[in-house]
Amino acid sequence: MQLTVWTYEGPPHIGAMRVATAMRGLHYVLHAPQGDTYADLLFTMIERRDARPPVTYTTFQARDLGSDTAAIFKDAVAAAYERFKPQAMIVGASCTAELIQDDPGGLAKALALPIPVIPLELPAYQKKENWGASETFYRLVRALSGPPPAAGIERESADGRRPLCNILGPTALGFRHRDDLVEIRSLLERLGIDVNVVAPLGASPSDLGRLPDADFNVVLYPETAKAAAQYLQKTFGQPMVETVPIGVQATVRFVEEVARIAGIDPAPVLAGAPSRLPWYSRSVDSTYLTGKRIFVFGDATHAIAMARVAATELGFKVVGLGTYSREFAREVRAEAALHGIEATVTDDYLDVEAAIQAAQPELVLGTQMERHIAKRLGVPCAVISAPIHVQDFPARHSPQMGFEGANVLFDTLVHPLMMGLEEHLIGMFREDSEFHADAAPSHLGRHGGAPAAAPAQDGPALAAPSIEVGPASTAPAPQNTNTPQTHQDPVVVFLWDAAAEKELKKIPFFVRGKARANTERFARERALSLITVETLYDAKAHFGR
Amino acid sequence: MNAHAPLTRLDGACADPAAGVTIRQERGQRAVFCGLTGIVWLHRKIQDAFFLVVGSRTCAHLIQSAAGVMIFAEPRFATAIMDERDLAGIADMNDELDAVVARLIDRRPDIRLLFLVGSCPSEVIKLDLGRAAQRLSRSFAPSVRVLSYSGSGIETTFTQGEDACLASLVPEMPVSAADAEPSLLVVGALADVVEDQFARIFAALGIAPVRFLPARKAGEMPPLGQGTRYLLAQPFLTDTARALEERGATRLAAPFPLGSEGTTAWLWAAAESFGVSRARFESVVAPGQARAATALAPYRQRLADKRVFFFPDSQLEIPLARFLSREMGAELIEVGTPYLHRGHLADELALLPAGTQIVEGQSLDDQMDRCREAKPDLTVCGLGLANPLEAEGLATKWSIELLFTPIQGYDQAGDLAELFARPLLRRTRLEV
Repeated sequence: MQLTVWTYEGPPHIGAMRVATAMRGLHYVLHAPQGDTYADLLFTMIERRDARPPVTYTTFQARDLGSDTAAIFKDAVAAAYERFKPQAMIVGASCTAELIQDDPGGLAKALALPIPVIPLELPAYQKKENWGASETFYRLVRALSGPPPAAGIERESADGRRPLCNILGPTALGFRHRDDLVEIRSLLERLGIDVNVVAPLGASPSDLGRLPDADFNVVLYPETAKAAAQYLQKTFGQPMVETVPIGVQATVRFVEEVARIAGIDPAPVLAGAPSRLPWYSRSVDSTYLTGKRIFVFGDATHAIAMARVAATELGFKVVGLGTYSREFAREVRAEAALHGIEATVTDDYLDVEAAIQAAQPELVLGTQMERHIAKRLGVPCAVISAPIHVQDFPARHSPQMGFEGANVLFDTLVHPLMMGLEEHLIGMFREDSEFHADAAPSHLGRHGGAPAAAPAQDGPALAAPSIEVGPASTAPAPQNTNTPQTHQDPVVVFLWDAAAEKELKKIPFFVRGKARANTERFARERALSLITVETLYDAKAHFGR
Repeated sequence: MNAHAPLTRLDGACADPAAGVTIRQERGQRAVFCGLTGIVWLHRKIQDAFFLVVGSRTCAHLIQSAAGVMIFAEPRFATAIMDERDLAGIADMNDELDAVVARLIDRRPDIRLLFLVGSCPSEVIKLDLGRAAQRLSRSFAPSVRVLSYSGSGIETTFTQGEDACLASLVPEMPVSAADAEPSLLVVGALADVVEDQFARIFAALGIAPVRFLPARKAGEMPPLGQGTRYLLAQPFLTDTARALEERGATRLAAPFPLGSEGTTAWLWAAAESFGVSRARFESVVAPGQARAATALAPYRQRLADKRVFFFPDSQLEIPLARFLSREMGAELIEVGTPYLHRGHLADELALLPAGTQIVEGQSLDDQMDRCREAKPDLTVCGLGLANPLEAEGLATKWSIELLFTPIQGYDQAGDLAELFARPLLRRTRLEV
């Protein structure tokens, strides 16, 4: 049993819904009680879809248990077939129906419908949403992509025609999948490669039957599509492109890899300056980005890519990297090692919050969850991964992938900090009557001040004599405050002399919190009872970056 | 479409001769939240209570999706997610639950009342949360009281979660003194601002003492006894009402305080019971009625003769339909409700126009067909259906907002009308 405040991923049947909703001509009958129908709003409200997901829920009730839940399921499958006339169906159970063991696959098979009916086994008490999406897509591809070629038959070579590929991975409710797809299609078109099938997004079950026609597969989102692509590779000998084209360098590698597999020359596509990011990063106005402390958290694909872009394309320093995708923990740990840090692999929101606090970043790149953590800590944040909310489905074209995606990333990662710079300029005029020292930076809502609130600086009266107060947990913890409730150590409140306090205020607000925390750490390590201007500058020299 | 458990009455329409409305029952696919959703407003109402759902990842995902936003540092609700080890019996579920609760209370020492909230999976595996609550109450007494109720979707629909929660509070209410004067108890979560307005009106009427369930603090739940007369502020409190009556309280029958007419009738039920003269009553409520009339007037033009279709959602549908029909002049095409308590809603049903079509229960696809066919001017429905119906050209009002917005009483009557008028107004403005 796990105590969960917020969850990064839904249960695995939500992943199945993301696949089903992305496709055309597929219907999903889900054995589930009525509460599970909330899932519709993920698609109709968050993604603003204009139709209900193609899902029929059996919505059995307590009084049905033990008597006829199986009959309810069979009736629902039959009625859904009659009403929607899908090309294929998937059937399965949500967490509650899994416990009553009605065997949706067997029941649906007994109806002998004239279409493929694919049973899904999605263990709700072990697995989560992305696994569910991957498993569903894999099962669909396996069932619908047709029989393997007879032994000894070679794949037809691409001689004399344009190379043909499938794009695998984009789903409903995916972070920027719609726009990534536009970018990648255009990149492939410029390379002279035709797209055979895009799946799941926009594909019908019969389209999946054409998957083997392609020369190779492009795996855009390994969380969803890697298992299916591995099956296609094994069964039909289709190689797969696994480089995720997020960032300039990754996009170049992607183009080179695709070109190599397709046997074409990538040079024309890579010629010139296909992305503005490199020049924008070299432009002198960007020098202030150097060494900015960045914390990255998200699904594995986006987290790894963003860490790399942040470090090597924007000159940031990655001080934290993590993922909730345990399936790809190894890859994330390897990437973290490149940045000289240890990865945070967890799906516990409170652990992530603690890790962010400890890392004291100046910018957080995360999910909607981290956006809220960052807001509370007064740190700017950009959303780079699911879970996402309605504002992460912008009306404008806003890809993450390809060269245009790199342009978008430059803006996304830099704009929150630009705001910080403007605030700094305002801060220089702080003593003017229009401003006062306690005014919060306007872009950070009502919480302002120190960017990374170190636990030790949250004491109520910072200029008070040094005292020890008990663990935070013994004090009443009001809601919506910055009180770090995870913090169990005694909170030490330091004595700053008036001159040191005044000097501290001269430091720009967005590094002031760090300066305060570092100074106090310095004082604590040396058991200094009073922080003076000297201590402040000693600490600055000691921790100088 | 799905033949569920046998019906007590056949599916055919049956006219209720007393009320002059037609009530039809429907079975099939439902598109309604489960009772866990009530946590989203209940945790804000009882300010030192924490709601711990004992359930699956789906439950956790549901609540955070229904809440819509992740705005709290640490919300006063969470889910103890059961996993394979619990279900396989490798871990003792009660030990696991005790450990989760201990961790929680250690983190949140401000909590005075903890609800263990049952879910579909915990009900199916028959995890006895009542016993767990007793056990945990003993170990955390006196600082934390632990109660339990079920918000499972196999037993409760959306607002019934509040009913189950309040019913679990009833045994906790102190016994009022044997010689206590008659007291008024207002039952059902109302926004604090609305509660305060009603308290002022009751005071002006000379009715005292007046108390509210739930109280804003766990330790302030009102006393209860033979002299307690209660007014339901919400139409979905079946089990709570039964529990109150078992403790000797008497229900004051009334329509619900939605719209000016409903508010007047609701207040009068209390006034009459406490011997307030009609003349005094009229003089006390006259200013509120006048303000409501002023506030409602501009919306009547917009809503008059508009054809309205209700999908079942919050059980507020019948009082809302009554308000739209009688005070706004709207025409009711179909009034869906997930469950109809004929006793508590008798006064409401009597006020509906003769021939109103009420559908209890749901068969989603059939109902969507009827709605498309009827082409209503306004469709009141759940969040999952709103955009699909809008995309088909229907104006919708998503109904969950009716639970998160203060809508009861004279001073909110205009706000209530505005919620229905806004989608129509918006359509007149947009030129794209």
